[in-house]
Amino acid sequence: MLRSRVIPCLLIQDKGLVKTVNFKNSKYVGDPINAVKIFNEKQVDELIILDIDATINGVDPDYQAIEYLANESRMPLCYGGGVKTAEQAKKIIQLGVEKVAVSSLAILNPNVLIEIERLIGRQSIIVVLDVKKTFFGTYDIYINNGKTKIKRKLEDVLEELENIGVGEFVINSIDNDGVMKGYDMVLAKKVRGLISTPLTILGGAGSFDDIVELVNEFKIIGASAGSLFVFKGVYKAVLISYLTEAVLKKIQLISNKF
Amino acid sequence: MIAIVDYGSGNIQAVKNIYDKLGIKSYFAKVPEDLSRANKIVLPGVGSFDQAITELNDSGMREKLDELVLNKKIPVLGVCVGMQIMAKSSEEGVLDGLGWIDATVQLFDENILKIKPKLPHMGWNSIEVNEEHLILDGVDLDKGFYFLHSYHFVAKNLSDVLCLTYYGAKFHSAINSRNIFGFQFHPEKSHFNGIQIFKNFAELQHA
Repeated sequence: MLRSRVIPCLLIQDKGLVKTVNFKNSKYVGDPINAVKIFNEKQVDELIILDIDATINGVDPDYQAIEYLANESRMPLCYGGGVKTAEQAKKIIQLGVEKVAVSSLAILNPNVLIEIERLIGRQSIIVVLDVKKTFFGTYDIYINNGKTKIKRKLEDVLEELENIGVGEFVINSIDNDGVMKGYDMVLAKKVRGLISTPLTILGGAGSFDDIVELVNEFKIIGASAGSLFVFKGVYKAVLISYLTEAVLKKIQLISNKF
Repeated sequence: MIAIVDYGSGNIQAVKNIYDKLGIKSYFAKVPEDLSRANKIVLPGVGSFDQAITELNDSGMREKLDELVLNKKIPVLGVCVGMQIMAKSSEEGVLDGLGWIDATVQLFDENILKIKPKLPHMGWNSIEVNEEHLILDGVDLDKGFYFLHSYHFVAKNLSDVLCLTYYGAKFHSAINSRNIFGFQFHPEKSHFNGIQIFKNFAELQHA
């Protein structure tokens, strides 16, 4: 039976791994290749790696770095950062990446997604949406690492992109990023109600219980986390880790019923 | 030597890395002549059906592959779209497949998927054996493999079906007809289970 995916999300800045809180205060946590090697050993379900510099700096994806990461990874890899054209997406896939993530491109120029789909297949295009809760309990979408607010409704953007057709949505809560107090379940339920494409929730996981709670609610879902898998303890010492066997078993049992 | 077909589609380096770590010799085949010294062939593939077939045609290796696989019975292992193109045709495209297996490739019927998510079929799923084969030796069936696809293989003869997987209904997740093997999932990205498949394939005696 298909089971929920638990996905470490790694952020790259200046060729190093970083972790942010509310998209700010990025802290260096190590070397990306080393992290991939550790996640191989731990048999992680899949990995998301996002270069948070590329779009802001207006540069091409760092193909050499992507190639190293893809060659090292024995689990499926989703790579995002700086992708603006279908050719770039294709090149990334050819380097051995399974999924290409786009964010600002999907908002500003969604028609390019149709061209990407033709070259790499719909299943390999992942849309990452960074969202922030408003005073009224609705959600705004942001691009450029949380700096630019988009004036369109989350509902409308999701509908448009689902009609174009994508492989997966990753919904990233800016409010919960790095806070480690649990996922925004209201946001997760809202988005799950609107789309039928695979969905991954990112932002807020602070314990294995948070992950189990998400899986319990949705049965088949992607549960992604940054801090949870790179930090340990109240002082946030860097320690790359993954779920224990017992938690993995629990997740499989929940998913198995569906 | 195991030839990994490099026609611009699929994760060739990940397959090479696995064979390097296992201490088994493999190399990339880019032109037809490269295939001559192969005693096993891995045919990777990602992307769309027509894209993969077009790239294989453009590489010039298609005829040589037909000869080696169909006449010389060299064992071949197709991955994902590399498996799908072994069929006669696909609903995803308009071009003819390799036609090595009497099969078509069809879009999953979303109506039989009862809960969200629907398509693509994405993530780790278990497999069930339809026909026992040494290539599955030591594989943890429950742990399964990583899938990422919206179209699936439909073999005409159940005897060509190696494994089944449940997604709304059971579909043909791996196939085998004599020297031809195809896996819809990604063994190159499925940790120890995937490594085991590549190892078993390398150790197979000629069919």
